[in-house]
Amino acid sequence: MLTKRIIPCLDIRAKRVTKGVKFKNNVDLGDPVEMAAKYYEEGCDELVFYDITASAEGRPIDIEMVAEVARAIRIPFAVGGGISTLADMSRVLLAGAEKVSVNSLAVQNPNIIAEGAKAFGSQCIVLGMDPLAVDDPERCPSGYEITTRGFRVRTGMDALAWARRAVELGVGEIVVNSVDADGTRAGFEIALTKLIAENVPVPVVASGGAGNAQHLVDVFEQAHADAAIIAGMIHTGDTTIPALKAELAAAGIPIRHRW
Amino acid sequence: MTAATGAASILPMIAIIDYKAGNLTSVRLACESLGLEAHITSDSAEILSAERVIFPGVGAAGAAMGHLNELGLAAVIRTVVANGTPFLGICLGTQIILGHSEEDGGVDTVGLVEGAVRLFRPTDPLVKVPQIGWNTVKQTKGHPIFAGIEDESEFYFVHSYHPEPSVTSCILGETEYAGVTFASVLGRDNLVATQFHPEKSGRIGLRLLQNFAEWNGKE
Repeated sequence: MLTKRIIPCLDIRAKRVTKGVKFKNNVDLGDPVEMAAKYYEEGCDELVFYDITASAEGRPIDIEMVAEVARAIRIPFAVGGGISTLADMSRVLLAGAEKVSVNSLAVQNPNIIAEGAKAFGSQCIVLGMDPLAVDDPERCPSGYEITTRGFRVRTGMDALAWARRAVELGVGEIVVNSVDADGTRAGFEIALTKLIAENVPVPVVASGGAGNAQHLVDVFEQAHADAAIIAGMIHTGDTTIPALKAELAAAGIPIRHRW
Repeated sequence: MTAATGAASILPMIAIIDYKAGNLTSVRLACESLGLEAHITSDSAEILSAERVIFPGVGAAGAAMGHLNELGLAAVIRTVVANGTPFLGICLGTQIILGHSEEDGGVDTVGLVEGAVRLFRPTDPLVKVPQIGWNTVKQTKGHPIFAGIEDESEFYFVHSYHPEPSVTSCILGETEYAGVTFASVLGRDNLVATQFHPEKSGRIGLRLLQNFAEWNGKE
């Protein structure tokens, strides 16, 4: 049986893992390669790295870090932040990443999705989206608007329409990161995740709001997420991946149990 | 000669076939982490002289088959397998060693194992294609490739199509997805092939690669 994936997310700023709430108040959590190796040993199913300042600083992603991570772990990982061209994608994939994640830059230039999927295969191209709950039925009939640049820019684009368009363009997976739930550790935004998961044919990864095992059970059972991103709850040591997996297994969620 | 270099010389040289079908870095890194000497190559002579050959790949079957023919490598692969060199197919590499794929409107492929490659067609809209993630492999037949690996261990899969061999005796392992039980590990003589990615399947995947490196190509 296909298992539900648990994916720790590492936000990178100046070669360090940081964690903020809604992209603010960032605190230093450690070295990215050491943390990746630790979570790999503990049995996480995949990892994702966001170079959160690359895009704002207009510089390419830190390739040396990607290569070091690739040497340290033997599970898939995705990399996002500062990826705007096919050449950027190629560098990240050749350094050993399994997938690249595009977000703001795909909103500006949707064709990068099609070009990336054609060059490297759909399975390599992940769309990250940061939807915000809005009451604007005319522009955003799904009730969610796409934001970019770390939630700072509202695009007027409907989240569900964008998800469908991205699938047509060739994304292989969609990470749905709720702006409203991000960093709150109060649970995933179930309605948003369910809306996207029920309406696209590709796997959907829930993101934003994970605080305990029950939040993951809820997003898998009620919102049909294929995978869930976790961050603060493990970075701070409040729980560990083995403890989390044991709770999920006890709740009847199919998880990878040997590593 | 020191003991260290003496030991190293026992390890087989592995050729990882490069036919412009995706990124081979993680296959090379996985081999290197096991202390194996692995070269990514599309050079016929190098592939033919290697002690082990890995045939990986991601992407679409049509384009991959086109590249394989342009590079003259389809014939090289047939020769390698006929010579008895231990040969490991991974993901798209596994699909291409069957005879035919439904992908890209239908493509004739290398045909080292009789059978076809079919698209997943789930009836439940919540079952997604591609399958992405860790799924269980039921070991249906004993094989040196499974040494030290518990039955029903999980491996990492990324694929929209699955192998459907016409001869069941070549099925070594099976996996369930989208309402079908498909052959996730195939083998005959000196050839083994996995639909999943051992190079991305953690320690258990590394064990499978190590088993392959140590295997003499006989069942």
